[in-house]
Amino acid sequence: MTVLERPRRATRGVGVSAPRPDGVPKVRGQFQFSSDLFAEGMLWGHVLRSPHPSARIRRLDVGPAWAIDGVRAVLTAADVPGAPTYGLEIPDQPVLAADVVRYMGEPVVAVAADHPETARRAAAAVLVDYEPLDPLVDPEDAISAPPIHPDGNVFRHLRIEHGDPEARGEVVVEGTYEVGMQDQAFMGPESGLAVPAEDGGVDLYIATQWLHVDRDQVARCLGLPLEKVRLHLAGVGGAFGAREDVSIQVHLCLLALATGRPVKMVLSREDSFFSHVHRHPARIWLRHQADRQGRLVRVDARVLLDGGAYASSSTAVISNATAFATGPYRVPNATVDGWVVRTNNPPCGAMRGFGAVQACFAYEAQMDKLAAALGMDPVQLRLANALRHGDTLITGQRIEGSAPVAQVIEAAAGAPLPAVGPEALPDVALPGGAGRTATRSRVRRGVGFAVGYKNLMYSEGFDDASEARVRLELAEDGPLATVTCAAAEVGQGFVTLARQICEEELGVERVVLAPPSTARIGSAGSTSASRQTWMSGGAVAEACRAVAGRLLERAARRLGTDPGRLVLAEGAVQALEGADALSVAELLAEGPLEETVTFHHRQTEPLDERGQGDAHVAFAFAAHRAVVDVDLDLGLVKVVQIATAQDVGRVLNPLQVLGQIEGGIAQGVGLAVMEEIVLDQGRVRNPSFTDYLIPTALDMPDVAVAALVEEPEPGAPFGAKGVGEPPTISSTPAVVAAIRAATGLPLTRVPVRPADIALATPGDPRP
Amino acid sequence: MRYELVVNGTPREVDSSWLGESLLYVLRERLGLPGSKNACEQGECGSCSVLLDGRLVCACLVLAASAVGAEITTVEGLGGEGPEDLDPIQRAFVEAGAVQCGFCTPGLVVAVHDLLRRVPQPSEWEIREAISGNLCRCTGYGRILDAVQRAARAFAEQAVTR
Ligand code: FES
Ligand code: FES
Repeated sequence: MTVLERPRRATRGVGVSAPRPDGVPKVRGQFQFSSDLFAEGMLWGHVLRSPHPSARIRRLDVGPAWAIDGVRAVLTAADVPGAPTYGLEIPDQPVLAADVVRYMGEPVVAVAADHPETARRAAAAVLVDYEPLDPLVDPEDAISAPPIHPDGNVFRHLRIEHGDPEARGEVVVEGTYEVGMQDQAFMGPESGLAVPAEDGGVDLYIATQWLHVDRDQVARCLGLPLEKVRLHLAGVGGAFGAREDVSIQVHLCLLALATGRPVKMVLSREDSFFSHVHRHPARIWLRHQADRQGRLVRVDARVLLDGGAYASSSTAVISNATAFATGPYRVPNATVDGWVVRTNNPPCGAMRGFGAVQACFAYEAQMDKLAAALGMDPVQLRLANALRHGDTLITGQRIEGSAPVAQVIEAAAGAPLPAVGPEALPDVALPGGAGRTATRSRVRRGVGFAVGYKNLMYSEGFDDASEARVRLELAEDGPLATVTCAAAEVGQGFVTLARQICEEELGVERVVLAPPSTARIGSAGSTSASRQTWMSGGAVAEACRAVAGRLLERAARRLGTDPGRLVLAEGAVQALEGADALSVAELLAEGPLEETVTFHHRQTEPLDERGQGDAHVAFAFAAHRAVVDVDLDLGLVKVVQIATAQDVGRVLNPLQVLGQIEGGIAQGVGLAVMEEIVLDQGRVRNPSFTDYLIPTALDMPDVAVAALVEEPEPGAPFGAKGVGEPPTISSTPAVVAAIRAATGLPLTRVPVRPADIALATPGDPRP
Repeated sequence: MRYELVVNGTPREVDSSWLGESLLYVLRERLGLPGSKNACEQGECGSCSVLLDGRLVCACLVLAASAVGAEITTVEGLGGEGPEDLDPIQRAFVEAGAVQCGFCTPGLVVAVHDLLRRVPQPSEWEIREAISGNLCRCTGYGRILDAVQRAARAFAEQAVTR
């Protein structure tokens, strides 16, 4: 494992591996997660969910639930006082189903009781008479099938037409690829506490990625003005996109308002699988055409995503899957059609990588196919077509920022291979682990390569601004900076970074973060799209600079000089020439300084009817080389090593960057060989950690970071790019390429299942 | 009904309406010890790991009433009294960057206690195997492995200086 830690003179500020401020309470078990909340006299909530993927509700009788001792509220759709539906982009999802249910797990009744077990029993006692309907489960059918929702079955169709439609290449490869439904599987289950307030409003303590957008949706459904619905961030046990949508928020508030008592809800793992969106399953057809030298001439693509029953962020996910369908390559001519449709499968929305993951699995398989058709080395083919600064994307956008694609490819490809082969590994390190493996002689090693990219921040004209306030004051033991920002800490380390930025900009040693809350400050936007370092980091930095400017003004007045002749350094304001200096503490004796700023990224524009437009703020790239061992008879795969290089702009905290890379790769490896929500006619067959498998410490390969490429991004605070998503994008296709290399099988679907290898049909080439 | 549990060396009275409550629920909701976590409540994730008479168990799978008479150690019982008073495993987790969201962390800290007591100098594969019952979704385990190795070294150094 390579940790890139350069010698830095500083031990604080930007660029050092500062430890997490919440690390100590977390290792002691004292950090309060959303499931740890407690209020005197609180009740427990529970939600009854539909067992059917599609059904009409003929009759609903809550009487038997009320008959149970200790039950305090039993609410149905008729008890929702405001808007009956909510949604991130389109409010098409019922808070509680009224007359139809459109997916297995859809909420129907919300219950509050004295004990969580009582609440569960009461929900189970509700009589719901369903008339099951034939579920619409194939996204191909959805486009022409009768609508299963008043809004219709097509969430969005997008077409990109770029370059010359007549352009042709001599070498042509095509293929169809599939991606299964992945779950974010964060560890901290959906949970929260709603407390009714004296003003008739409600305070909700909740684990989420975006307090303000939750607040807006909850208030609409409650029929309350925004200021009466206050959301406060409770400790978040991971997110990865699954907390971007409202899940239990409205239910909790309804129950608290109905009972006049605090209500807590903690979902079981099974209910957690049902209550958040998943990664969109995809079917992607691609045809690549290149000249004999391996230069891409044209790419045609059709992308179909299954959005499930409700819209969530589907319209943005398809935008990414379509715009990035051809990969981080110069593609002069392209036609791409993208559809995302409604079915009776579970709703899909945001997950780390957001549309770019599905696209990358397909286009990287194609690049390998093309390399084989050309008789070219796959890495060389990628290098020959790699995007650079100044190139034009298929959406017509010119890359104005950094795009070190060739650098990440070369670094990842050049990383040292594992020292030992499968013959020398301990049993436990072989596919299937100790005791389950066939003979060692049937284990084959394979190496595969992939590169991918993604946009940072929201796109298509969306202004996802972030607000931050910095207050600098003299506390008992010196200057103290307090940062107020609604950015949700979900584990990624914004709390660390906000402190580092204050240290860097103000030279203070003591920084505290106020608890994020809609009652304290405006929106910070979502903790997603790899955007908080840039957006909320930028807001904190600007607020610090505004405070520093006022410090300089103060000092200038005292010293009888101009603020332009002064600098803030080492905890003091000093004259550029001469020996005049005033300590920050002295200056703060006059009183605290406080500044609030709103940080915006560069304005983008929507895509036009030909899918052209300057739609994205910036891009980040990463490359992965995977080494796998495959048991040919059992079809088991052990991922041995992932070498990676990533375009990071600038490293602000090396340890946190490494944590994002390793954690993101784990989810990419999971999608490659383990993770899928298995559906049978719309029914989820594996909503538990027994059957939905995520990588354990035994499954996880060694990660070798060959390079963190630092080409500062213009316009980005400190030049830093977000680092959370790229590790998840190309790690999956790299692993599958390695399995193809080991087995000779085409493997066009992820996750690769043992049967795909062990039971490959006779027509498939066998090793 | 009432019963007594000995948690982190202290006898604690439990007043519960339902005998079906798991040890995890009683620790978290009745005894004010929410350090043990509840990622699955089905014995699949290890986030609820505690020591029961020194044995590593999933508290979600143990009926609280069946733990009467046993010595229960939770994550809250591992560090010292002071707010920054960490044991070597907890310290290693903080310093190595093994904590992101931290939901898996208390269970891992307890599991690593169990490992290092049994195997003071584990190999990488012994560590991977020992913590393979503890799911972490954030870190990819790399920094956790580093933390365990750091903690093993710290214990060894302590033993030498003693
Ligand atoms: S909560 Fe006990 S093993 Fe998951
Ligand atoms: S740190 Fe989040 S689950 Fe391990």
